[in-house]
Amino acid sequence: MTITWVALAALAIALAWPVPILLARAAWPARAPGTALVVWQAIALTGGLSMIGALLSYGLTPFGGNMVEGLRSLPGSLLAGSLPSGSEFSQMFALSGAILLGIHLLLTLATTFVRAERSRRRHRQLVTLLSSPMPERPDTRLIDHEAPVAYCLPGTTRSVTVLSAGLIAILDDEQLRAVVAHERAHATQRHHLVLLAFRAWRGSLPWFPIATRAHDAVAILVEMLADDQARRVVSDDTLVSSIAIVASESPDATAAALTPDGSSALAADSPSASRRIARLVDGVPPLALPARIFAVACAIALVAVPTALLTGPAFR
Amino acid sequence: MDMATLGELERSVMDLLWDSAEALTAGDIRDGLARGDAAGTGKDLAVTTVLTVLSRLEAKNFVTRDRDTRPHLFHASTSRAAHMAELMHEVLGAAPDREAVLARFVGQVSPSEVAALRRMLDGK
Repeated sequence: MTITWVALAALAIALAWPVPILLARAAWPARAPGTALVVWQAIALTGGLSMIGALLSYGLTPFGGNMVEGLRSLPGSLLAGSLPSGSEFSQMFALSGAILLGIHLLLTLATTFVRAERSRRRHRQLVTLLSSPMPERPDTRLIDHEAPVAYCLPGTTRSVTVLSAGLIAILDDEQLRAVVAHERAHATQRHHLVLLAFRAWRGSLPWFPIATRAHDAVAILVEMLADDQARRVVSDDTLVSSIAIVASESPDATAAALTPDGSSALAADSPSASRRIARLVDGVPPLALPARIFAVACAIALVAVPTALLTGPAFR
Repeated sequence: MDMATLGELERSVMDLLWDSAEALTAGDIRDGLARGDAAGTGKDLAVTTVLTVLSRLEAKNFVTRDRDTRPHLFHASTSRAAHMAELMHEVLGAAPDREAVLARFVGQVSPSEVAALRRMLDGK
């Protein structure tokens, strides 16, 4: 059992600090955003599993030789109201911590999803009343507003792409196709679910800077993935020009330029439009297939390790 | 009636209420829909259908019902402009909840980034 919790704790520390920092700094994710997204999800999932697993297996040591045995004898001890002999205070502390952390993570995940769903429903109602359908484009609606915006409003059954009159005024037909293809990719690839999970992780561990870093990295990766879908429909030049035009005409860019202190930290720290454009202009080649397969294999192995450690009763 | 048609009907009803200076009865709205039927949504609607749509809109706080008169009078709870402002605030505002609700084509842009992008566009 000692080996289990020590290994899990080491894994949790590695995934809480050096691994995400290295991945966030690496250059290859821009060349294989889909693969990088899988790796980030594996890191987040394994990080949580090994954090809770380390506490759990340390806390369960007096209850049995391994996790499975420990979990089986725990309810009996709880009902009897007495701890097994040899229990230490630190082990009970770890056990409580594991349970609390697990509940906390699941509750934050649930509230994040419920809250987002509620806000979306309200927004969808407003969009229904204030926009008109675009007959030539399915699931696309036009709002009569001068600010040039385009966005995807994800839904459980059907997602809507919303374009503004201001956007249509500054883009030509090809550029509009690029924007619509980009937004539709968010909807069909269900990017909002991944983003919400990382949002929940960030929200549940606000004192944990890596969660914020992971969320920001994932947010840019889904934009790159959607860009790659748009590139199948339009040329890279068209996509670049539509990103650059919309970004430079962005109303909050003008608003930010007006703030005397040089705008919010968020805007300064996440130059996502520039990074998306740089990637398209420099024409970085996609990562070679063997490298992508290797990365996905690493991700699978990462998730498998704590699962095997926790369920494998061979460890003592 | 499928959801898309229902949504379009709700929009037509709200357009009438927003454009009207006075409160309207369900009958007024039915007549208004039949008259301005460019979208083809209000064809031969029964007043009961209009009342159903109005009740839905009332439940969502878009419409207020005056029960002191017979028939009931309906008016828009908030102006179209105020609703548009609410919508655009959610799209453009810096509210941290924004990214949980929707995905914008281009999100927040810093002033230095805008300057760089404008230079790039000019250089083309």
